[in-house]
Amino acid sequence: MSATLERVTPHLDGQARAALSTLVDEVTANPGAISTLFPAVGRRVARGPSDADDPDGLRTPRLEDEARTALLVAAAEAWHTEPHRLVDEVSQLYRYGDTDEKRAVLRALPELEAVPGITDAGLSAVADALRTNDLRLIAAAMGRYAAAHLDDPSWRQGVLKCLFVGVPLDAVADLDRRSDAELARMVADYGNERVAAGRSVPSDAWRILNHDPDAVAGRLPAPAAASTAPAQSEED
Amino acid sequence: MRVFDPHIHMTSRTTDDYARMYAAGVRALTEPAFWLGQPRTSVGSFCDYFDGLLGWERFRAAQYGIRHHCTIALNPKEANDPRCVEVLDVLPRYLAKDGVVAVGEVGFDSMTDDEEKVFVRQLDLAGEHDLPVLVHTPHRDKAAGTRRTLELVAASGLPPERVLVDHLNETTVGMVADSGCWMGFSIYPDTKMDEHRMVRILADRGLDRMIVNSAADWGHSDPLKTIATGRAMLGHGFTDDDVDRVLWQNPVAFYGQSGRLLLDDEGAGIETGPSATFEGNSVLRGQRPSGQEE
Repeated sequence: MSATLERVTPHLDGQARAALSTLVDEVTANPGAISTLFPAVGRRVARGPSDADDPDGLRTPRLEDEARTALLVAAAEAWHTEPHRLVDEVSQLYRYGDTDEKRAVLRALPELEAVPGITDAGLSAVADALRTNDLRLIAAAMGRYAAAHLDDPSWRQGVLKCLFVGVPLDAVADLDRRSDAELARMVADYGNERVAAGRSVPSDAWRILNHDPDAVAGRLPAPAAASTAPAQSEED
Repeated sequence: MRVFDPHIHMTSRTTDDYARMYAAGVRALTEPAFWLGQPRTSVGSFCDYFDGLLGWERFRAAQYGIRHHCTIALNPKEANDPRCVEVLDVLPRYLAKDGVVAVGEVGFDSMTDDEEKVFVRQLDLAGEHDLPVLVHTPHRDKAAGTRRTLELVAASGLPPERVLVDHLNETTVGMVADSGCWMGFSIYPDTKMDEHRMVRILADRGLDRMIVNSAADWGHSDPLKTIATGRAMLGHGFTDDDVDRVLWQNPVAFYGQSGRLLLDDEGAGIETGPSATFEGNSVLRGQRPSGQEE
């Protein structure tokens, strides 16, 4: 496999790599075959978390995400003279994907940056994922691709949604770089609503509040009053 | 009694049914794609339905301790509607997915040319995707429909042991037995076949390649008819092992030919904990159903 394919599959063992290599060869010879090979990755290559402490792959790609990323990279290489076909296939794989496949498309987007015309398809997938209430999709949507491409209002809403549904902010790429005063204000107001309802404020909220203390001043009770409670996810 | 219901349309059933089925011994099932009573008018409706079979319904079943598989196809009834035929173009994407254990339900409804064309194409798809086939036999003119079905299966080149011909009765079982295909029986409260007739067929013909299902759907039907059949078998003198063979081992052997059954926890990849959600939705409303093993 090429150096790129090795790089995007750091957690696959030798057996999984050998199985993946067969699928990569099929995609290289016939990139259209990815439409049925991509769904089959879990049973043909590998399945499971790459980090046992992160079983749903919220912070880290799962093994099947890595293998599916490799297939998309191979398809992009095979279709390099007809990038619109790759763009169309990425949209179709997302549309027809189950949650595992959709998550893998989202995780693969940063590796497809160089494909001309991919941005609209990529952002459309990210927007769809952020409309769901599925932690796995929201977490994957807020990765490097969103950090690089999502406009400020959408990105801030994405971060707030992570806090709201219980996605750990470790899942959000470039959190410190993109956090700003407006996000801190939104999170402070969210925290205020939680406190008013007698509920705890997720501890992750302080990563944003502490980033822009001026924007928070006067909007939220003193951090000491609420910051010690453990994080809780919203049920509603 | 452990039961694999090889044909049941859970989309049309309630979570109470899942709880009753689990309590009675149902641990796994296959939900074939079929029509929904209300005709569909576009390919998009099919795709959303297939997505539901693979996503929400599998999740909902898992919350009640039941493994959910499905079969995917353009059903015979809607094969006659030109607005629906393009669904054939998207089938390959769905037939590649985990938990899809056969192409089905395919076959005849009114024995039209359009139905035959779609049936033959989908027999080819089963070969291309290395999947078994679940064949529906028609309610009207059943014997002639079953005969034509077997001719098409033979002509397709698919091995007969990879084909299950369903909704049989005393008049159609013989020709399917002779063909080498699996024999499916839908046990209904009033029509098709009841558990006592079923037991007589098993007593006459043995248990080889015999499959019993409830085919419960949105009509008058009973998701516990598999269990009732097991009890009737025991009442007739069949052993526990015989019942297990018909209600568990046979369907597992048939659908297991797909290599995609989700019967072990390791391969399933389904969250079943009390906090599990599907797209943020939980069917448990904060409570674990009684009787569920942990």
